[in-house]
Amino acid sequence: MTRKQRRLTLIGAGVGVLALAAALVLTALRDSIVFFNSPTEIAEKQIAPGTRVRLGGLVKPGSLERGEKLAVRFSVTDGNRDVRVAYTGLLPDLFREGQGVVAEGVIEPGGSFRADTVLAKHDERYMPKEVADALKKTGHWKEGEAAQAKAPGAPQGKAQ
Amino acid sequence: MIAEIGHYALVLALVLALVQAVVPMIGARIGDATLMNVAGATAGAQFAFVAASFAALTWCYVASDFSVINVYENSHSLMPLIYKFTSTWGNHEGSMLLWVLILALSGALVALFGTNLPATLRANVLGVQSWIAAAFILFVLGTSNPFLRLPQAPIEGRDLNPILQDLGLAVHPPLLYLGYVGFSISFAFAVAALIEGRIDAAWARWVRPWVLAAWMCLTVGIAMGSYWAYYELGWGGFWFWDPVENASLMPWIAGTALLHSAVVMEKRDALKVWTILLAVLTFSLSLLGTFLVRSGVLTSVHTFATDPTRGVFILLILVLFIGGGLTLFAWRAPLLKQGGIFAPISREGALVFNNLFLTTACLTVFVGTLYPLALEALTGEKISVGAPFFNLTFGPLFIPLMLAMPFGTLLAWKRGDLYGVAQRLIAAAAIAAVGIAVTFAATGGGPVLAPFGIGLGLWVIAGAITDLVERSGLFRQPSSVALRRAAGLPRSIWGTALAHSGIAILLIGIVAATAWGTEQIASVKPKETITLGDYQLTFDGALPRQGPNYRELVGRFTVRVGGNVIGVMEPSKRSFAARQTSTTEAALLTRGFGQIYLSLGDTSADGALAVRAYYKPLVLLIWLGAVAMFLGGALSLSDRRLRVGAPRPARKPALQPAE
Repeated sequence: MTRKQRRLTLIGAGVGVLALAAALVLTALRDSIVFFNSPTEIAEKQIAPGTRVRLGGLVKPGSLERGEKLAVRFSVTDGNRDVRVAYTGLLPDLFREGQGVVAEGVIEPGGSFRADTVLAKHDERYMPKEVADALKKTGHWKEGEAAQAKAPGAPQGKAQ
Repeated sequence: MIAEIGHYALVLALVLALVQAVVPMIGARIGDATLMNVAGATAGAQFAFVAASFAALTWCYVASDFSVINVYENSHSLMPLIYKFTSTWGNHEGSMLLWVLILALSGALVALFGTNLPATLRANVLGVQSWIAAAFILFVLGTSNPFLRLPQAPIEGRDLNPILQDLGLAVHPPLLYLGYVGFSISFAFAVAALIEGRIDAAWARWVRPWVLAAWMCLTVGIAMGSYWAYYELGWGGFWFWDPVENASLMPWIAGTALLHSAVVMEKRDALKVWTILLAVLTFSLSLLGTFLVRSGVLTSVHTFATDPTRGVFILLILVLFIGGGLTLFAWRAPLLKQGGIFAPISREGALVFNNLFLTTACLTVFVGTLYPLALEALTGEKISVGAPFFNLTFGPLFIPLMLAMPFGTLLAWKRGDLYGVAQRLIAAAAIAAVGIAVTFAATGGGPVLAPFGIGLGLWVIAGAITDLVERSGLFRQPSSVALRRAAGLPRSIWGTALAHSGIAILLIGIVAATAWGTEQIASVKPKETITLGDYQLTFDGALPRQGPNYRELVGRFTVRVGGNVIGVMEPSKRSFAARQTSTTEAALLTRGFGQIYLSLGDTSADGALAVRAYYKPLVLLIWLGAVAMFLGGALSLSDRRLRVGAPRPARKPALQPAE
């Protein structure tokens, strides 16, 4: 086999594998990415029920209700709109009313949100970046929070 | 005073790094041996000064000197001594200082062990290494100085993030950095080779031990991080495809590819340009990982603080070294002579196959990690790319890789006999098939693909054993002869077999833990029992306890199998007053290679305790597999061939030392 043939074989194999990878990446990107939305965006975009989304905002004070068998309901707010979230399972360590939270799940036909994952902030100085941005957009970002968010820790406590 | 000494030592180290970055390279250019030899001395001194600086910071932590801002923000006088010690790098500034320390250490090691290198190559390698060191020391001094003081010393510190108050912090970051930074050596070698415009098989032989050592550290570093996240974060997962994890996985994949392509270069003098490119890319991915984690573009457990100037500075370092490296490559690579020819079906061909799939897998991880960032920067749309994406792209690319692995080690160099190899692998295939059938019969449920995953793992292990059997001549020769031959095999052969088995063990662990694990989320009152597969977990009650710098609520569970008590588990929830945060301490009970995992949730008003309980069969194999890979690497590293070093190619008379 000459050098030229060898090079062609190599290039052919390389292009083949890359094409395979590109196909995999494109299919996976179409099916498995999740968009992030604030409560206002959820209300305005009229997202079809059953679509997976990430919802971020603050847990509305006084909205947390505990039901039977670890079922919980709470509202996520960005100051303009609220979205009611239903979740069953253990809430992360740092889940608190009035604090930032990110929930992942689907929107149900009634307009409520069924979460299967809840992420809370990671220490007292941290605010999830997505939540901070969403709050800034609606003008509900307070300077005190901005100072706190300067030294973020991490979103921990993923609950599934 | 100690903090100022540390600061000053770091400034001196910067000066030394700058000297080392310039003088030896000029020496190599004009052929002046005295100038070239400066590198050896400065590399040692640079390490000594950075070590002094690091020791000073450690002293500030151990002595709880809260007048130093960094210590005040990340330490507490009541913390156990070991955490005071490890919190030195449990924050942004300190961890960058650790990075610089390891960088200086690798430079010093090259100077120490590189005495058999040609003088110009050694000078250039140490010079390039020092460019990196200078950039990062400047970064620490300019934007992340850990030695800054407060005008008035507070009485008490703000405590270390409770998540980090764990032994994992003592092990995971140093090992990971040894891996990340270790690849700077292969980068320096690659750039030095490009500068000289000359490269040969000896180059690969010099670089290989460094690549191997860095790869070993990165392997266990990632595995340790995974185990730490598994038991500390309380939701029982071992890998989340979190961007920060991907940031460490990418250099690992590229490093694995580099390890294999360097073999081809060493043995057959082929794939030279590709190996150089991989060496540049691997370190580029390490830098990218540092940028992603340290700049605050991503928020995660690893993000200690965001400060825009830091992000910009690291981005500059990134652009300088990746851009510089690739430009130099584009300019100089055409000068490098191509090496040996080989048929597609050959050991070389198999290693090219390995490289092709590894780099493509690395590329998909790269896309999945950076696509959300790029999309947000371009359109403002926020998305998250999670586990489903990576399972769909990374998985299919790793399957052919593992299928081909046993063929690769059995094929001959230059021109292999695929049919002959397939015949020799019949036994391995049979073992895999039996494994699949037995798994199917034994589990009777779960995902359909899972038994095939187990089969794939068994195939690779059996293939690795086949390789050893073939080489030692077992079953063909009298066993005494075969044993003698097996003992006489190069250690790198044993290392390869062990490392390949390691990845297979890891695969079996992942498949078993995800496919046949059971999970229970329940709310229990005292004397109530949770059933988890064959195990009954009875909640005996909860009691408060006082730790050194926290209070905890401990839930006590008795674990039984068919009425027999096999153990007691005590998961807890800790509250740390200084940061007003709490952490979940999971309890683990090991049964064979499987584990029962318990973590606590909230206590409800009626006194019931929320619990999450998992049984994860064979889960320990995931990390034991990584340990096997490490040991395989270590065996290979101890091979005589690498210790003795390569013969020196004849040097030009002009480059002879002056004396």
